[in-house]
Amino acid sequence: MMGQTTWLQRNGRRIVVALPLIWLIVFFFLPLIEVAQTSFTMPRRGIPPFEPLWGFGKDGFFTNFNLENYALLLEYWQDYLGPAGNSIRLALFSTIICLVFAYPMAWWIARSDPRQRAMLLVLVMLPFWTSSLLRIYALIGLLNPNGFINTMLLFLGVIDAPLRMMQTDFSIYMGMLLTYLPLMILPLYATMIRLDDDLLDAAADLGAGRVAVFRTVVLPLTMPGIIAGSLLVFIPAVGEFVIPALLGGPDQMMIGKVLWTEFFRSRDWPVASALAVLLLIILAVPIIYARYQDGRTTALDQQYDEAQQNDIKPGAA
Amino acid sequence: MRRPLAWPALILGVLGFGILYVPVIVMIIYSFNSSRLVSVWAGFSTKWYGALLQNEQILEALGKSLWVAVSAATISTVFGVLIALAFVRFGNFRFRLALSALASTPLVMPEVVTGLSLLLLFIGMEGLFGWPSGRGIDTIIIAHATFGMCFAAVVVQARLRDFDMSIEEAAADLGARQPYIFFSITLPVIAPAVVAAWLLAFTLSFDDLVIASFVSGPGSSTLPIVIFSKVRLGVTPEINALATIMILLVAASVVTASLIIYHNSRTRRRALEQTAAGDEITVVGQKESQP
Amino acid sequence: MAPFIRIENVTRRFGDVVAVDDLSLDIEKAELFCLLGASGCGKTTLLRMLAGFETVDSGRIEIDGIDMASVPAAARPVNIMFQNYALFPHMSVANNIAYGLRRARMAESEIRTRVEELLRLVRLTGMDDRRPHQLSGGQRQRVALARALARRPKLLLLDEPLAALDKKLREDTQFELVDIQEKLETTFIVVTHDQEEAMTLASRIGVMDAGKLVQVDSPRQLYDRPGNRFIADFLGSVSFLDGIVTGAKDGLLEIDAKIPVLALDPGGFSVGQPVSLAIRPEKINLSRSRGKAANNIPISIVDMAFTGVASNYRVSGPNGIMLKTTQPNQRGEDAPMEWEEQGFASFDPADVVLLQD
Repeated sequence: MMGQTTWLQRNGRRIVVALPLIWLIVFFFLPLIEVAQTSFTMPRRGIPPFEPLWGFGKDGFFTNFNLENYALLLEYWQDYLGPAGNSIRLALFSTIICLVFAYPMAWWIARSDPRQRAMLLVLVMLPFWTSSLLRIYALIGLLNPNGFINTMLLFLGVIDAPLRMMQTDFSIYMGMLLTYLPLMILPLYATMIRLDDDLLDAAADLGAGRVAVFRTVVLPLTMPGIIAGSLLVFIPAVGEFVIPALLGGPDQMMIGKVLWTEFFRSRDWPVASALAVLLLIILAVPIIYARYQDGRTTALDQQYDEAQQNDIKPGAA
Repeated sequence: MRRPLAWPALILGVLGFGILYVPVIVMIIYSFNSSRLVSVWAGFSTKWYGALLQNEQILEALGKSLWVAVSAATISTVFGVLIALAFVRFGNFRFRLALSALASTPLVMPEVVTGLSLLLLFIGMEGLFGWPSGRGIDTIIIAHATFGMCFAAVVVQARLRDFDMSIEEAAADLGARQPYIFFSITLPVIAPAVVAAWLLAFTLSFDDLVIASFVSGPGSSTLPIVIFSKVRLGVTPEINALATIMILLVAASVVTASLIIYHNSRTRRRALEQTAAGDEITVVGQKESQP
Repeated sequence: MAPFIRIENVTRRFGDVVAVDDLSLDIEKAELFCLLGASGCGKTTLLRMLAGFETVDSGRIEIDGIDMASVPAAARPVNIMFQNYALFPHMSVANNIAYGLRRARMAESEIRTRVEELLRLVRLTGMDDRRPHQLSGGQRQRVALARALARRPKLLLLDEPLAALDKKLREDTQFELVDIQEKLETTFIVVTHDQEEAMTLASRIGVMDAGKLVQVDSPRQLYDRPGNRFIADFLGSVSFLDGIVTGAKDGLLEIDAKIPVLALDPGGFSVGQPVSLAIRPEKINLSRSRGKAANNIPISIVDMAFTGVASNYRVSGPNGIMLKTTQPNQRGEDAPMEWEEQGFASFDPADVVLLQD
């Protein structure tokens, strides 16, 4: 009986790694290859609505490789690259606006007493768990020409004609705030809750004023949270579809919506694929930076935890 | 020393919570408006809730969404636990880098790209193997499970990292072997994180519009797809009612869960404080009983 | 007869670090053995090798005549009590204790009896249904002990068993642990960094340093007759003097250590040889007048610290020598010596330990 092991025990580790690895290769990695391939093909009528990139026909191996779709993106740049630039602009400003609101909110939560903190955290988590589609839908009811805000302002006599809020940058930013604010608050909160009050007192004791304490102690120590939160907002905001589709107008074209339209309306799958590749190229830098940053914070966290443990058990190996 | 929040910060904070909550609260109020016109309050009514219950298209989509979300969340959780185990427990195994890249990139992949790429894959596979034949519920489940497992892995990993390894060693010391140790010790201890992972994967799947739109076929419209097609046509009171129900359901469960967690942590703390005092009493008892 | 536990030339490396270095040790049945050393000395690694959690790079471990090399942790007749107790947080006290019994496929009715018996042994009767987080530190420690004893191991390993308890509770638990060990006659190996704990618990102590056993002896021998400077310094407080043997007569050695010192001749020393002298602070007596002891050194008090039961002094003698001494709190009228007072330090030749290094 001693030393006997079953097949499962011997191959347990291999199975644990292989199952998710295979799944992710098949359903995540291969599809991306497929997108890249399709972006080099030509559309056609039929199913699927594009030529195969390569294959074996009557005359043996053939390829249909061409760069036509990318040429198209450049030729009609105002229809494709314009929205791409727009996406970056809107996402960037959305990130900054989220940060402006999230920072004091996170600070407020982190500095509350435990009971109040638990309540405020629930208030932040609640939108996170509810459908953003429904919350954006609720926002439309507020911003519409005949929506709640205009009705109220007209009723109160503040304005004579309905304000135009839908299909503007304003509506986009409101939608982004509604969707992504919790994602900015949570990492900020995580760094702020660790911030020791004594550090602030020490800085003040050493002669720093409120602004100086913030600039020299609070800001550097919450920087990991700022970076993490900004990436969490910026990356999905660039590729956002629902917000420009429901809240934006022609001036708020974003790459995600263009891709959607090319795919579902024009049924031009190769151009949609080329747009997907373009979107990935735009996001490559922040995504790679996010991974690097993630590794760094994990390392920092470990150092922090080790330091804490050493405090508790001095001299423990 | 407690620092009061500076007033500009307080205003921004209140505004922030306002942005998160005012639209939803207004919508909830207007879901009880008897008029079809959103702008006019014509008296309290629950008729849109009645109409909602009559709407077979929505009810059918709800059923499909629930099935998709339960299946996808379950697959996600199982695979997420496997991924987390590999990362936290297996040290520097072969394919670690590959698995880590594959399991973290879906977290930041734009939904339109994920949706488009999976559709292209499904069509390509159908051409090669005849599977999956057409798009439907199955393809949505696969798509949702793929990104769901990556989120689940993050949640479970966080818990596994501060898992006290010595309790597994204790189990081995007392005669248990893998995988019995995993099921009798590890899994029960990380169960709260596993449940949280399942709920997260469920929510992500249940709320997903973009990816489902790409990989769904005719007749497999999920609830977000139906809602989106209706919302495009403008604000309708039925959707107000539907959104109200869904948001209140989520709110009720999140608040209940938080209350339970808060209560548990408090009783646990209390119990600890009481028993810490108990040590003294036991010691006195021992001394008396010693000859 | 072969010893009950035989550790033979065992080595274990972690990368460049040699945690356990060619270590050999025999332990008898029913012994309460203590491995004592500072953190990082390799004592926990040795314990984990006995339990089967660490592999042995070279050498062998035998328990009751059986080589443990190919026996996994789950199958060894060894149980361990972890430093943090490692109680299963999701199980009741009874289920924690029964875990190992269930793995051994014991019948439920027998398990119930055995759990009751163990709870009685560790004085936790009636706590069956509590969860670990509902217990105090001392109660958890006893559950961990009961759980480790449940399978009637031939050898019980205890990793810093009392480190997580506060000082008062620790003192009571020490005696309890010894009682239980004597009652069960199981072999215990205790790992600790606390010399007082080791002295109270063990019948024999092995002092470890840098992966090696420096000395294995009874507590009294270790304290009174340390084998080298490291042990003398590690166990309790001590004053060192360096000198040269200048003469020998009547079983006494004359030593010139900047001051003349008489020491009992333990044998093995010759005239002209350099030696270290170690003297425990409680063996030195301070007085205002010259005493009757063989060694009498005029001193002046440099430092004094009152600790309650005793006072600790640092005194300086001729030629810049320094001694540490502890004087019990005086009974009666005698006023304790104070700062900068002059007097004499006296000690018996039998209390001077001679060290080669």
